[in-house]
Amino acid sequence: MDLNTVTGYRFARSRDDLALAPGEVFLGGGTWLLSEPQVATTGLVDLSRLGWESLEITPEGLRIGATCTIAELVAFPQRPDWPAQALFAQCANALLASFKVWNLATVGGNICRSCAAAGMVSLCAAVDATAWIWEPGGGDHRLPVADLVTGNGTNLLRRGEVLRAVDIPIASLRARTAFRKIALAQLGRSGAVLTGRVDEDGAAVMVITAATETPVVLRYPELPTAAVLERDVLEAPGYYTDALGTADWRRAVSVVLLEEIRRELTG
Amino acid sequence: MRFQVNGRGVDAEPRAGQCLRTLLRENGRVEVKKGCDAGDCGACSVLVDGLPVHSCIYPAQRIEGRAVTTVSGLGTVDDLHPVQQSFVDNFGFQCGFCTAGMVVTGSTLEPGQLEDLPRLMKGNLCRCTGYRSVRQSIEDGVRRHHDCASAGGRPCPAPSVEPGADPDASVGRSVHPPAAKRVVTGTEPYTFDISMAGTLILRVLPSPHAHARIRRIDVSAAVDLDGVVLVLTHENSPTFRFSTARHENRIDDPDDTRILDDVLRFTGQRVAAVVAVNATIAEEACRRILVDYEVLPAVFDPEQARTAGAPVLHPGLTGADRVLDASRNLIAAVHEGIGGDVDSALAASEVTVSGTWRTQRVSHAQLETHGAIGHLDDRGRLVIRTSTQVPFLVRDELCLILGLEPDMVRVYSARVGGGFGGKQEILTEDLVALAVLRTGKPVAYEMSRYEEFTRTTVRHPFRTRVELGAGRKGALTAIKVEVLSDTGAYGNHSIGVMFHGCAESISLYNCPVKRVDAEVVYTNNVPSGAFRGYGLGQVILAIESALDELAVELDIDPFELRRINAVKDGDPLLVFHPEQDADLAYGSYGLDQCLDLAQDALRRGNGVECPAGEEWRVGEGMAAALIATMAPGGHISKTTVRLKPDGRYLIGVGTAEFGNGTTTVHTQIVSTVLGTAVDRIDMINSDTDGAEYDTGAFASSGTTVAGKALHVAATSLRSVILTTAAALARVPVSSCVLEADQVLADGRPVTFAAIIGAAPVAFRDGDSLVARGNEFGDLRSLSFNVQAFRVAVDVRTGEVRILQSVQAVDAGRVLNPEQCRGQVEGGTAQAIGSSLYEEVHIEADGSVGNPVFRTYRVPQMADIPVTEVYFADTVDTLGPFGAKSMSESPYNPVAPALGNAIRRAVGRRPYATPFSRDRVWRLLQDEDGPPA
Repeated sequence: MDLNTVTGYRFARSRDDLALAPGEVFLGGGTWLLSEPQVATTGLVDLSRLGWESLEITPEGLRIGATCTIAELVAFPQRPDWPAQALFAQCANALLASFKVWNLATVGGNICRSCAAAGMVSLCAAVDATAWIWEPGGGDHRLPVADLVTGNGTNLLRRGEVLRAVDIPIASLRARTAFRKIALAQLGRSGAVLTGRVDEDGAAVMVITAATETPVVLRYPELPTAAVLERDVLEAPGYYTDALGTADWRRAVSVVLLEEIRRELTG
Repeated sequence: MRFQVNGRGVDAEPRAGQCLRTLLRENGRVEVKKGCDAGDCGACSVLVDGLPVHSCIYPAQRIEGRAVTTVSGLGTVDDLHPVQQSFVDNFGFQCGFCTAGMVVTGSTLEPGQLEDLPRLMKGNLCRCTGYRSVRQSIEDGVRRHHDCASAGGRPCPAPSVEPGADPDASVGRSVHPPAAKRVVTGTEPYTFDISMAGTLILRVLPSPHAHARIRRIDVSAAVDLDGVVLVLTHENSPTFRFSTARHENRIDDPDDTRILDDVLRFTGQRVAAVVAVNATIAEEACRRILVDYEVLPAVFDPEQARTAGAPVLHPGLTGADRVLDASRNLIAAVHEGIGGDVDSALAASEVTVSGTWRTQRVSHAQLETHGAIGHLDDRGRLVIRTSTQVPFLVRDELCLILGLEPDMVRVYSARVGGGFGGKQEILTEDLVALAVLRTGKPVAYEMSRYEEFTRTTVRHPFRTRVELGAGRKGALTAIKVEVLSDTGAYGNHSIGVMFHGCAESISLYNCPVKRVDAEVVYTNNVPSGAFRGYGLGQVILAIESALDELAVELDIDPFELRRINAVKDGDPLLVFHPEQDADLAYGSYGLDQCLDLAQDALRRGNGVECPAGEEWRVGEGMAAALIATMAPGGHISKTTVRLKPDGRYLIGVGTAEFGNGTTTVHTQIVSTVLGTAVDRIDMINSDTDGAEYDTGAFASSGTTVAGKALHVAATSLRSVILTTAAALARVPVSSCVLEADQVLADGRPVTFAAIIGAAPVAFRDGDSLVARGNEFGDLRSLSFNVQAFRVAVDVRTGEVRILQSVQAVDAGRVLNPEQCRGQVEGGTAQAIGSSLYEEVHIEADGSVGNPVFRTYRVPQMADIPVTEVYFADTVDTLGPFGAKSMSESPYNPVAPALGNAIRRAVGRRPYATPFSRDRVWRLLQDEDGPPA
């Protein structure tokens, strides 16, 4: 929709352009910003022409530029030694957004919006991705994406900070993974997204997103027993109720679907 | 900046916050539609450099140097893209408002992707069709496109059926809609698809409170803003009270609404309206209006609302305003029955069952939002172009509200992008009319999707308690029904919905003792209004579920239980009084066939297996429904059919086309009677200038009322043509044959020009011959529907998967089978939405909690199974060519059939719609866990 309070639109071309004037906000793909009235916003700073590499294989793993579109992520060629790449498309499909939205929507934008149902947060939490954050003064810092999110639609980013990239460690990419999603409608906005990952050293990471306000990351030295997993999922904090599902249901289906994942990864 | 659209360069300077959708529309590309303006519905889909995007969330500033392709760039009416052709051939649209986006998205797909279609199309919502025809259109179109492309650009094969020139257009054939090629190319204009240059924009300030009185309103800062032309508040608006609901008889509804009121009764209600030179200024001016509110206590629960001490919403209203007891927020009540004391009859019954069912608020979610554009014409007449089902009723009420003579107001609609009852209201026209009269300038008010959710209407939520008594062999002995309906802050349609809800739902069954206690009350919720089925679906849920409970209790097959108890042909239809309404008649009867057809289909199965896994339980359920073919109390259509000397005919009919397919059927009726091709028939519809009168497009009246009137007009015209030709040629009428271009009188041609010149003066008008046909809706026939489902339920998650869906319908003689099938499929799909997915949530403060499509779950393609549709073989004695109505009623039996199937799958009955996964899951939770 038209954002009629917006009077300025500029393309950032360098890091210096990222200094926000009052009323300005960053725009990745714009697909969320333009989907709701933003009456407090008067200016948009478009990040798409900063020239950030979308997908970059590094010695440590895969770097996803914040302006990488979800379409680019899903189209990234599958590497045989990175089975965890299956999660890219799975988590993208967990979004309500259609494949047409993926042509604009960015990985970084989805993370920074920080909705509980943000599929890119599910992905990053599943693979222990790290957020690389640029600070307004020129500094930067890193933290796990799972820790960046503080609530359904809130995060630790301070005004003027920009997510530059997320890094997926190579160990995670080499891991075996499994994925489940459920919503009140078959392809609806996620009520619960569950992922499991077993690293080459046998360590297991089971993650609840969408069902809880912030990602719940359960770590085990090896795949847990059904009873342990069920206990941990039942005790996890942050199940919530909204139009897309009630807290008790989200909790119950998280138990069911993570157990399916556990069995799948046991095989 | 410069960019390309459909191969042509465009120079434009988009505004900083503008989206591509409005930039394209401002540059004349009005084929790019707005359904949600939030990236959820896909109606605005276009290609940018070949990639499909939702243009409403695409920043216009990024379009420089790029190439945009809209649906009109894919093909034209004379040279359709294969996907467009396929949407025509497969009846892939009803209202057509989603079609541009469907076609654009479909055009990007390859045959290998068709297996994945539901996922790929999840960003394209259709509210009309139920997706079966859309899916078929895309599949055929994509394959055809691929075949054409791989054949090296050879012209595609000619379409199998050429719309508009069908050699056999007679009734009973699946003639294509006259607008089909325009709809699929985006060239059929809807309400806002005209030049808006010089038109002022109206925006509304919403109430932040569910109940408040305006102590003081200061608009000075708004008025002072450059570009603001007018600010309307309760202080400078007419105080005439009316109802937003429109009926043939205006006293069907309570006069409880003002254009702008000093008391606000729901969150989102209009507080003030600003008219300005553009939306930016109008919105800013709204934010500058200072309002001092006295917040009043509010009531959101209908039971509390009718309890002593509850906040009173409309304290001054009386019976003269059609409000029964304002002190209890009670608009209407009925406490009637037949056969004596129902509680004694229940006590004496061998078996009794009972339950209380609840239905939720549902949004119509038609893809074209409400909106109107007004101006003064050369004669100074007020002209309103509006997205309405009822142009004549809007005109008449505007005249009352604003003190105008009917000949000084013209109201018309272009093609309407869906309605489902939601456009049987005045929700934008009053403000636009007032603004045009005050400013003398063109004014437009187009609602946003958010306004649609928060300021229009929803389906009335009902609480319905049913107690049934029966003998051991299944014969009903007593029916007791208690209804509480929540109309929200205003009483539009509340009375009619309550009475209608309790009518055919109960009269379908023979039973010696019946009792209905129903009330409808005001609350501080968003208003309820007319919605497909008009109350019947809500009560049918309770009645048909209780009957299923009885079938379980007695171990009688549920189809058989209906055969035992449902009315047979000619049985009296009774609810409130011991005599049947005098205007109801069995013009035909097909319930027996519907029951057999549905039961046979369920027995045959469809080959769809239950998913693997011990967590799945399977059950079958069914329900029946009856509806009268017209609204009670009169539904009027006064039509004309005109013959031009060149052999073209012009239909003048007042009813509206909003996806119901009436323009097609009307064309078929006239072409059949007059023996001409459908492409020689032109039509002016839904225009107070184009026909004498029409009550409007509601109560499924397009065929049974307007169609019947046209049948009379066409038959009369035919008679005049033939008798005049016979007189001219001095041969008996029986020797005259009406052909497309002439009359053959005993083999000798007589031209239409000669006939028009010699016809009786009463039938001549200028150079043409005109005949009139009227229908008053004095006698109503009966339509039947039977729905059956086989479902699987995952007892761990509550997921309900529909394995088979069947609906058998008695529509009399089916005038256009594909269109009628589409109505049944669409009604079933809409009801599956209400049964499993959709609910307008109300927050603790009374505001709507999910006013966008990403949280209000309109079914996607993935959510709707194919519904097998079967037609009973009947011919009605009342309807035109033996037809009956079939638009609303397919909705009505769906929720109980689904609930009954779930009950039989899991052994427990759901009592509240939607039967969403979380609710079904909770139904199964107790110490024992889910039943084995």
